[in-house]
Amino acid sequence: MGGIPHDHYEPKSNFEKGMAKRLPIVGLLYDTLMIPTPKNLNWMWIWGIVLTFTLALQIITGIVLVMHYTPHVDMAFTSVEHIMRNVNGGHMIRYFHMNGASLFFFAVYLHIFRGLYYGSYKAPREVTWIIGMLIYLLMMGTAFMGYVLPWGQMSFHGTAVITGLFGAIPFIGDSLQTWLLGASSVGQPALNRFFSLHYLLPFLIAGLVIVHIWAFHTTGNNNPTGVEVRRTSKEEAAKDTLPFWPYFVIKDLFALAIILVVFMAIVGFMPNYLGHPDNYIPANPLATPTHIVPEWYFLPFYAILRAFDNEVWVVIAVEWLSFGIIDAKFFGVLAMFGAIVVMALAPWLDTSSVRSGRYRPMFKWWFALLCVDFIVLMWVGAMPAEGIYPYIALIGSTYWFAYFLVILPLLGVIEKPDTPPATIEDDFNAHYPAKANGGDAVAAPAE
Amino acid sequence: MFRKLTLAAALALSAPALHAAGAEAHIEDFDFSFEGPFGSFDQMQLQRGLKIYTEVCSACHGLELVAFRTLADEGGPSLPEDQMRAYAEFYEVFDATLFDGEGDFRTATPADKFPASALSNAPDLSLMAKARAGFHGPYGTGINQLIKGMGGAEYIASLLVSYEEEPECAANMEVPMDGFYNSAFPNGGYPDECKYEDGSHKYPGSWISMSQPLDDGWVEFDDGHANDLHHMAEDVAAFLMWTAEPKMMARKQAGLTGVIFLTVLSVLLYLTNKKLWAPHKGKD
Repeated sequence: MGGIPHDHYEPKSNFEKGMAKRLPIVGLLYDTLMIPTPKNLNWMWIWGIVLTFTLALQIITGIVLVMHYTPHVDMAFTSVEHIMRNVNGGHMIRYFHMNGASLFFFAVYLHIFRGLYYGSYKAPREVTWIIGMLIYLLMMGTAFMGYVLPWGQMSFHGTAVITGLFGAIPFIGDSLQTWLLGASSVGQPALNRFFSLHYLLPFLIAGLVIVHIWAFHTTGNNNPTGVEVRRTSKEEAAKDTLPFWPYFVIKDLFALAIILVVFMAIVGFMPNYLGHPDNYIPANPLATPTHIVPEWYFLPFYAILRAFDNEVWVVIAVEWLSFGIIDAKFFGVLAMFGAIVVMALAPWLDTSSVRSGRYRPMFKWWFALLCVDFIVLMWVGAMPAEGIYPYIALIGSTYWFAYFLVILPLLGVIEKPDTPPATIEDDFNAHYPAKANGGDAVAAPAE
Repeated sequence: MFRKLTLAAALALSAPALHAAGAEAHIEDFDFSFEGPFGSFDQMQLQRGLKIYTEVCSACHGLELVAFRTLADEGGPSLPEDQMRAYAEFYEVFDATLFDGEGDFRTATPADKFPASALSNAPDLSLMAKARAGFHGPYGTGINQLIKGMGGAEYIASLLVSYEEEPECAANMEVPMDGFYNSAFPNGGYPDECKYEDGSHKYPGSWISMSQPLDDGWVEFDDGHANDLHHMAEDVAAFLMWTAEPKMMARKQAGLTGVIFLTVLSVLLYLTNKKLWAPHKGKD
């Protein structure tokens, strides 16, 4: 791996040397764990560890759940109840898994918005960003298919709605939807394949996570100043960084423990808080729930999907220009996926020469508005599409696109950014002024 | 600024899918013993609820996910072993393995489950207390779940006490409404005669096809416990909360243990982290 200069693993004993010649795995692990990490990272840099932990939690609890689950339309619901009632500890495992999905998305949204604020997506970290977006897409697919498995009312009718989105694609939509479901409607074939994919995708995510880490270990972490670590020499790099182990491992584990206190409280005391009661009713194709509401983590994009109905002039114009091929429904689908695509394109849409939002006086406000926008969209996504809500959704969706397509490119031109500190060391010492000397003279844990 | 935003985001993200109200229905906020992180089932109340279920509800409604043996489980009604066995023997279940594979009825054993609903339009009650949202305040956020529990039990108890006189607007209809007016039932039929011009409802609730199943004094308790409608509705709702979440006590125990353990771990990691970083932050 390239990157920041630092000490590498030196095999000492004959065994180590022999091993390094045959399989340099110890060196790989050593370099990964001892990676020089900017020492000014703040508490928004903990979500990566939280996410890694959550992925492991989901995979482990998921594997145990599969041992007791039956992917059959007549048995799926009761097999979940079997887990809840008869399997030793099954109710805890299932609630961990169910709420683990929420923890996963909670952490990933903070992780993504941290990247958006501190410019972590900007060169040379575009690849890390794109892989992250792929992981996020896979997460959404996995979470959606997992929600289908208990085969409750929301599972069933949610599946019908979401696969119906693909049905909105012109010409191939109906065939595509049938192909996805394995039948003309939601049923046994859909349940079977969603089960299969729900088991598969997390391992793809795990693979992409490794690539994600590999990518940013090559470029080095971003940090709150957005200033790069000095790389001219090992000594200079050491003034800006500390090794990941033990400094950041312990810090991240501390943050993880705090988050798990809250997580444990939710699982132990209110495990169904984030779920929908309708999913405790077995799926019934003949009775559609009054309001089909996705899980909270899909709500912002669900709001964007619904925002563009056929009363919006853009939609009318597009429908007319495309000779009716892009109707309101398809437009909504395009908008929903487009909302994620524009986010993925942020590295090329952001024209500012300064990386971190900390030194961008105008950007700060637009970014704050984006955060508010995201929350408003989440709220409005849960509301029925009537009264004032569609208008709020439309304004919120418009701002989402405007932020990425107009504001980010323009700000780089019209904004006069503040001057970031020259080095990470300067920033760190400004925070901890009691420190007299430069920073590298502390390696000895003298007690 | 970022930290503040994070906090705001965290608060907002923790709000659940906000449930839009359908037909407005009035749900009373009952105080159950099992609410809150430290609340627990009242064993005697669950036993009374079991009696009400047996004598009243079971005529139409099943509990097909609940095994008789669990009636003796800790954290539930905790019937003594012999009483649980005797209770199971009240029931006849269909056993497909009998009679050379043609199946036959036999006396139930503790391993069997309660029978399914006897009527096709009477839903199974096993999970009913989790399948209804009930009281979801304040402002639709459901924050009250933290201290008040899920709310499904409130819904069941409210439904049982909310059979009321039909509003006058429905009295003189040419074709009378099917069913019975219940001010807590959200999804039943509702006559146009009782709507305002804009389509909103003049009265809470709607018409339910189940006639009033329970009233003052319909079930007697051996210990002479109060058997007015309000108390009994509460008892049977508590019992149905147990059937829906039989491991609630174990879960809260595990939750508490986990929270305490992780809090201690957090403190230790905090101290470790502080000490580890101190020399670099000029604090040693």
